[in-house]
Amino acid sequence: MNWQWLSDNSADIRSWFLAHLYLAGVSTVLGLVLSLPLGMIAYRFRWTYPPLINLAGILYTIPSIALFVLLPGLIGTSFLSPLNVIIALTLYTLALLVRVVADALRAVPEDVRLSAQAMGYRPLASLLRVQLPMAIPVIGAGLRVAAVSNVSLVAVGTLIGVQQLGQLFTRGLALSNYGAFYTPIWAGIVLSIVIAVAFDLLILLGIRLASPWQRVSR
Amino acid sequence: MSARPRNLAGVITFEQVSKRYPDGTLAVDGLSLEIPDGATTVLVGPSGCGKTTSLRMINRMIDPSHGRILIDGKDITSEPAPLLRRGIGYVIQNAGLFPNRTVLGNIATVPLLVGMSKRAARARASELLERVGLAPELGKRYPAQLSGGQQQRVGVARALAADPPILLMDEPFSAVDPVVRTELQDELLRLQHELGKTVVFVTHDIDEAVKLGDRLAIMAVGGRLAQFGTPAEVLEAPADDFVAAFVGRDRGYRALSFASADALPVHPEPTVKLGEPLRGNGWLLVVDDTDAPRGWVNADEHPAGQPVRQQDLRLGGTLLAPGGSVRTALDAALSSPSGRGVAVDAAGKVRGTLRPGDVFGAAERAATSGSTEAYYDEKQLTATEHAELTAAEQGADRLSKDGR
Repeated sequence: MNWQWLSDNSADIRSWFLAHLYLAGVSTVLGLVLSLPLGMIAYRFRWTYPPLINLAGILYTIPSIALFVLLPGLIGTSFLSPLNVIIALTLYTLALLVRVVADALRAVPEDVRLSAQAMGYRPLASLLRVQLPMAIPVIGAGLRVAAVSNVSLVAVGTLIGVQQLGQLFTRGLALSNYGAFYTPIWAGIVLSIVIAVAFDLLILLGIRLASPWQRVSR
Repeated sequence: MSARPRNLAGVITFEQVSKRYPDGTLAVDGLSLEIPDGATTVLVGPSGCGKTTSLRMINRMIDPSHGRILIDGKDITSEPAPLLRRGIGYVIQNAGLFPNRTVLGNIATVPLLVGMSKRAARARASELLERVGLAPELGKRYPAQLSGGQQQRVGVARALAADPPILLMDEPFSAVDPVVRTELQDELLRLQHELGKTVVFVTHDIDEAVKLGDRLAIMAVGGRLAQFGTPAEVLEAPADDFVAAFVGRDRGYRALSFASADALPVHPEPTVKLGEPLRGNGWLLVVDDTDAPRGWVNADEHPAGQPVRQQDLRLGGTLLAPGGSVRTALDAALSSPSGRGVAVDAAGKVRGTLRPGDVFGAAERAATSGSTEAYYDEKQLTATEHAELTAAEQGADRLSKDGR
């Protein structure tokens, strides 16, 4: 580990770290926010479940690099815009979570759903105030996977020139032309892990706060 | 007879109601029925008879294919279903509590839906918690921390929270063990005595139906109403072969439930306190410090002068409390190793014993004279009498639990 190199480049590393945090964070949050209504539609209107879930599956299969390159042509964003990364990762998060949301809502026991109906909840109110709160632990588990996967996918954005921790990997590669120089690569890996762990802990905390009933024991 | 509070509302009328499911099953076939207010009507029948479908049509969780349903003369489709449902209590089989809400949160559901303030809804919820016999500290717990019986009580409290005139109960006690089921049934009888709601109760268990119902609607497979009447009428004069077969071969024995045993002579019975030395011979009745019966001991098999220990006891079965029926008296006599049935007072203390001969005589008289009046005597107890009875029954439960 070359500490001198790290301190020489600390300003760059710092801004890449913050950009990485921002890109992965924003796309995870946007993906979650969009997946909730779509997942509820897939749950509430049974016939929409197969097309929505299949579409999500296909979307998730498109390689990220292809999506990064295609998006500007499809929606008119600039080639180097970080927006491409945000949109692509939001779509991946969405694709992953739509199914999770729909299935988590489906997993709410029938007698709970029926009793909400019998108490006089309107369908939407029942969905938002009975089924959705009960689905939080499962949706949260899906969100943890999506968040960590986004942290790693953001790095691919380097290939279209978006500034974030991925720069450390290309830099490491370039500096290794005349003999191995792994310092940037190790720094990139460690900092990515720091972001992933932070996201994971944050989501876990959110789940715990939102579902105190999950922690009780008899 | 004390006046009890009564909501003069909640008459439910089925007019030629049929329900055919999309798969072609005819669940309910031309049901016409008037469910009286302020009383418990039990829809009872084998699976597939349409009893649950009929119940769920009352609060429009299922809509009929034909016919209509009226509440106090008003078509139930005249207001949006969610509003209708807020005025009708509903208790489902496994309680169906919201696992993510505390007990108080669950009970406060409908008061909050109808626009009560949070504070008022919480106060109302605490009041109901107490009303269904649960300790206040359970209010902060989550449903997963309660036993099945406690959950079901919370389910009843939640259904009653907005004080609806009608309470629908969909096989509410079928998933709990028999001892708890008996407790819940007794609790429902007590509550209904205080509240006088229009209760519609669904069960497949004829014993439960006879115990809880003021009226029984016996339903046959295919959604046909086979008979509608008081339990005594149904047991004494089944309308057709189906009803006769459904109420079963024991119906003569069940009908004894409607004959009061209060006139049976109670003979003095010498008792021995647990832990005291044994004197005498034959079967002796052992009591605890409060004179409550603990069991029987055979003095002929017990070393004379030795104290009676718990393990020496042959545990007895049924006890006859004041207000009990000839059926209970008969069972008390038959389940006692001495052949003498134990009668207790309202506090659970031994009054004496019943002679089998007297009991058989009473059974014979009940069978030959018809007993509808005795049935009403039993059902219309005053609140105090009922409380006493419940206390005595709890004593009996204790004895029978020890016998397990």
